[in-house]
Amino acid sequence: MIRVVLPAHLRKLAGVEREVEVAVDAPVTPRRLLDALEARYPVLRGTIRDQSTLQRRPFVRFFACQEDLSHDDPDAPLPAAVTRGEEPFLIVGAMAGG
Amino acid sequence: MSSVRALVGTRKGAFILEADGKRDRWDVRGPYFAGWELYHLKGSPADPQRLYASQSSSWFGQLVQRSDDGGQTWSPVGNQFDYDGVPGTHQWYDGTPHPWAFARVWHLEPSLGDPDTVYAGVEDAALFRSSDGGQTWHELSGLRGHGSGPHWQPGAGGMCLHTVILDPSDAQRIFVAISAAGAFRSDDGGRTWQPINRGLHSEGIPDPHAEVGHCVHRIAMHRARPHVLYMQKHWDVMRSDDGGDSWREVSGNLPSDFGFPIDVHAHEPDTVYVVPIKSDSEHFPPEGKLRVYRSRSGGNEWEALTNGLPQRDCYVNVLRDAMAVDSLDDCGIYFGTTGGQVYVSPDAGDTWSPIVRDLPPVLSVEVQTLT
Repeated sequence: MIRVVLPAHLRKLAGVEREVEVAVDAPVTPRRLLDALEARYPVLRGTIRDQSTLQRRPFVRFFACQEDLSHDDPDAPLPAAVTRGEEPFLIVGAMAGG
Repeated sequence: MSSVRALVGTRKGAFILEADGKRDRWDVRGPYFAGWELYHLKGSPADPQRLYASQSSSWFGQLVQRSDDGGQTWSPVGNQFDYDGVPGTHQWYDGTPHPWAFARVWHLEPSLGDPDTVYAGVEDAALFRSSDGGQTWHELSGLRGHGSGPHWQPGAGGMCLHTVILDPSDAQRIFVAISAAGAFRSDDGGRTWQPINRGLHSEGIPDPHAEVGHCVHRIAMHRARPHVLYMQKHWDVMRSDDGGDSWREVSGNLPSDFGFPIDVHAHEPDTVYVVPIKSDSEHFPPEGKLRVYRSRSGGNEWEALTNGLPQRDCYVNVLRDAMAVDSLDDCGIYFGTTGGQVYVSPDAGDTWSPIVRDLPPVLSVEVQTLT
């Protein structure tokens, strides 16, 4: 299972605690992880990435293992520690005031 | 006994204000969707318990919420707003072509007769319709594609379709307004559209009398006289007596004819309300005095309404969707400010009092009269 940490607004929207777990078939990539996350929590469709283009929303960032993965290829495998469930995949609202 | 329910959208959530017909004691509920921008909420005229709300965030995009119990509980419905076909470009602020891209829903207008049908005016400017209670949305692309779309340009707040008016006497007739393209009308249920801007004069565009390019801020109609429209434009208060085919200025003796909201008394089609602000760059009341202006003659002659409103050191604004009226015998007038106050006048504007003083900046106010 892949551990995913959602930002507060999306946790409230999805009605979940800070961390959720989703099953993702290997190879685990950001795209497949988000596909699985949105399938389990349909209300999140459109909030993390555009529903048509599947582009990450500009003020949403992806972190894992102390690395910023936001600009990585969405089809590139995630770090092994994430796929093994040792580290969470963090979905973060960018610090931009508000 | 009748009661009223005010639906208030703010920069940081939604609030519902309720009172009986006296409108002197209010229950305040909220915030709903705390932390999100609520550009607009509106109830269905056909089923007052059915409410729609536009919930958005620069971070997490657009959601549409629906309530079937008058706002006690809410459920997210569809939030996919895909333009029909290849959307092409409009003009950017610098005049260069800019790809059409959905940003947010500015205004939700439920059908007059069917609670499951609702229109959404969006940025970048387009009109969408749902016929299944908001689950799915389809663009009425004849508006964006009628020919002038590539020449539309955003106003300072974005290129938003902010006004949707459904004609109660003709189910096929729809009016919309776009900043900064102008007003448009469909006479076939939204399939085809024509600009209705003849008589508008706007400095700051190459041809002040152009067919499109005018920054219309808001249009209002009285249900009993749907061929008469009132418009608050970027500058100028305008009136049309022929369903928008032509317009004439009725700014008259206003201290400034710049402003955002405009509305009409529920029972007097010639009684109109505006809130003048100083200028396009100074979005606050002239002289620091918050004054609603009322015309009882359909424009030109205006009187300041000040009783109960701050008359010194007041520098708030009232945004385009932030004024509403109820339909009780003594028509109530409501407006919300960027300072977080929502004011009510239970006597058509003669006296005012704040319902709440300290909400986040108010984006919209709609009022339902419940029996």
